[in-house]
Amino acid sequence: MRIVVPIKAVPDLVEEIDLAADETGIDREYLTFVISEWDAQALEEALLLKDAGGAEVVAVGLADDPDIDQLLYTALAKGADAAVKLTGAGAAGPSGPSGTRTADRAALLAAYLDAQPADLVITGVQAADDLDGQLPSRLAALLDLPHVSVVIGVEVGGGSATVRQEFAGGRSHELQVQMPAVIGVQSARQAPRYAPITRIRQAMNAGGLSELAVPARAAGDGLVVRRVHRPEASGKAEMMTGSAGEVAGQIVGLLRARGLVKG
Amino acid sequence: MSVNVMVLAEHTDGQVSDGTYELIGQARALAAALGGVTEVALLGRADLAGQLGPADVVVCVEHPALEEYVPEAYERALLEVLAQRSPRLLLLSNATIGLDLGAALSVHWDAPLAAYVSALEIDGGAVVATAQILGGKVLAEVELPGRRGIATLLGGAFGADLGAAGAGPEVVHVAPPAGLGALRMSLRSVVGPDGGDIDISAADLLVSVGRGIESQENLETVQELADALGAPLSASRPVVDAGWLPKSRQVGQSGLKVKPRVYLAFGISGAPEHLEGMRRSEMIIACNTDPGAPIFGVAHYGTTLDLFDLVPELVDKVRG
Ligand SMILES: Cc1cc2nc3c(=O)[nH]c(=O)nc-3n(C[C@H](O)[C@H](O)[C@H](O)COP(=O)(O)OP(=O)(O)OC[C@H]3O[C@@H](n4cnc5c(N)ncnc54)[C@H](O)[C@@H]3O)c2cc1C
Repeated sequence: MRIVVPIKAVPDLVEEIDLAADETGIDREYLTFVISEWDAQALEEALLLKDAGGAEVVAVGLADDPDIDQLLYTALAKGADAAVKLTGAGAAGPSGPSGTRTADRAALLAAYLDAQPADLVITGVQAADDLDGQLPSRLAALLDLPHVSVVIGVEVGGGSATVRQEFAGGRSHELQVQMPAVIGVQSARQAPRYAPITRIRQAMNAGGLSELAVPARAAGDGLVVRRVHRPEASGKAEMMTGSAGEVAGQIVGLLRARGLVKG
Repeated sequence: MSVNVMVLAEHTDGQVSDGTYELIGQARALAAALGGVTEVALLGRADLAGQLGPADVVVCVEHPALEEYVPEAYERALLEVLAQRSPRLLLLSNATIGLDLGAALSVHWDAPLAAYVSALEIDGGAVVATAQILGGKVLAEVELPGRRGIATLLGGAFGADLGAAGAGPEVVHVAPPAGLGALRMSLRSVVGPDGGDIDISAADLLVSVGRGIESQENLETVQELADALGAPLSASRPVVDAGWLPKSRQVGQSGLKVKPRVYLAFGISGAPEHLEGMRRSEMIIACNTDPGAPIFGVAHYGTTLDLFDLVPELVDKVRG
């Protein structure tokens, strides 16, 4: 069984995000990029399937994504069997406000998967910046494969996958899906495994990352970005200042006024 | 091609979801601006049409495969409805069903899609959406070009319109497409939420914790505060995914919606999916070291102190 896991680099949201001067995108220059957290969950789910019954896991990224080499080597260090970097995206720069649009990303991945089909494509349910929609079902539509997203567990057997799809309030559906299929993962059955830096270095030295040029398919017209901006100046919160003791005093005062702290 | 706005109804256990009414409310405003009407696609349960008073037209498709949400069945039925009704705009929830179907419909129906939408308007004939991207840290104002479009709307960002449209909606039926008989997936079972734990949605006060807590051991600090206050501990999704607290404690889109008198948030960034579950709390007090964290956009009081400095002080003060 061949499992392909598309992964995406997204800005680390812990950092401050600066906007580009023309206000149609973010300034990517000084940002740190990390794996989209849902792609990390997807990779974990794929590796769990590999651990359980044997599968070849291939992590795939776009060469245009910042720091993608590091992310793909990390995937190898965690146990992926191969890592592939696709070239062919818009050389002129990102097509969306913070990187390659989902439509273009899906087109490249579909071209790759047409040439090298997978039994399962497992990727994150969303990325924090996929303004023009999520990858899993877009990719499935291009490949004419069945898809299920917001999945919290995958099992395989007998040519089909059994997946749990999650809804609000902790409700879920168990679905049986014919393979090949595309799955969008919300969370893996267990927290993503950790790859020690020494193993990542080993993977880098072993150089198991291949590069592949794929013909970019036309993805059609997308959204027209008029402007990106920050939310209104920090909303309405009244900021409490002072030492931890003073702020704690103010908070307890607020709770006491509502009868939520006795005495 | 019409100038109507269509909403996909979501329902569980014979009940149309609250989110559906938010979508209908927004659809009515847009339809009015476009000079069209509000249509609701109701799949599998035509008997629920009576709950859709605020719509002008309810479009039903009946087929056994549509009784519960099955992605491929819904997608095929909805494509048939779109082909027959040709709305100007389709509105979906930015939750499970919208995340699952939106992008596929965008390809098959050949319409641009805007996700994470928190505001929508018609500007000189153009459909303009405001999307919250990067966890709510950046807003993108985008135009959906062309003659049709799809938007997935964040829950809780729009008011629910419960006003009824005059005599009640006209109900029309669309024949199920043949494809529903040859699906590549099937529903095996419906799993309900785990019961047994305390009900955080019934609490007056919640002490809620996010990824800023860093580890399971550190949870003890906030647990101590919760105990001192006699309040349950609740959490954002990553804390639950890590297995540090049970699912029954998760606040947000895929957890529980809560409305306590006071919601204390420690180390929670305020991603749209979390805000959806707690923004209607009477008072929100947030502690987050990042002054740009979106949680401060909904909080009434905020502090950028380190939670590990603040929480022990709170415990002391509460214990008096
Ligand atoms: C379909 C779907 C459904 C989802 N449903 C939910 C849901 O129901 N509920 C939910 O919560 N999420 C949900 N999410 C996930 C959501 O998108 C976010 O990933 C999540 O809410 C982030 O949780 P967080 O704020 O705890 O973590 P982060 O976003 O990582 O934020 C941690 C915050 O802690 C702050 N911090 C760090 N250290 C400290 C310190 N020492 N003191 C004070 N502050 C500190 C940081 O500044 C940061 O802002 C869902 C996602 C999807 C795709």
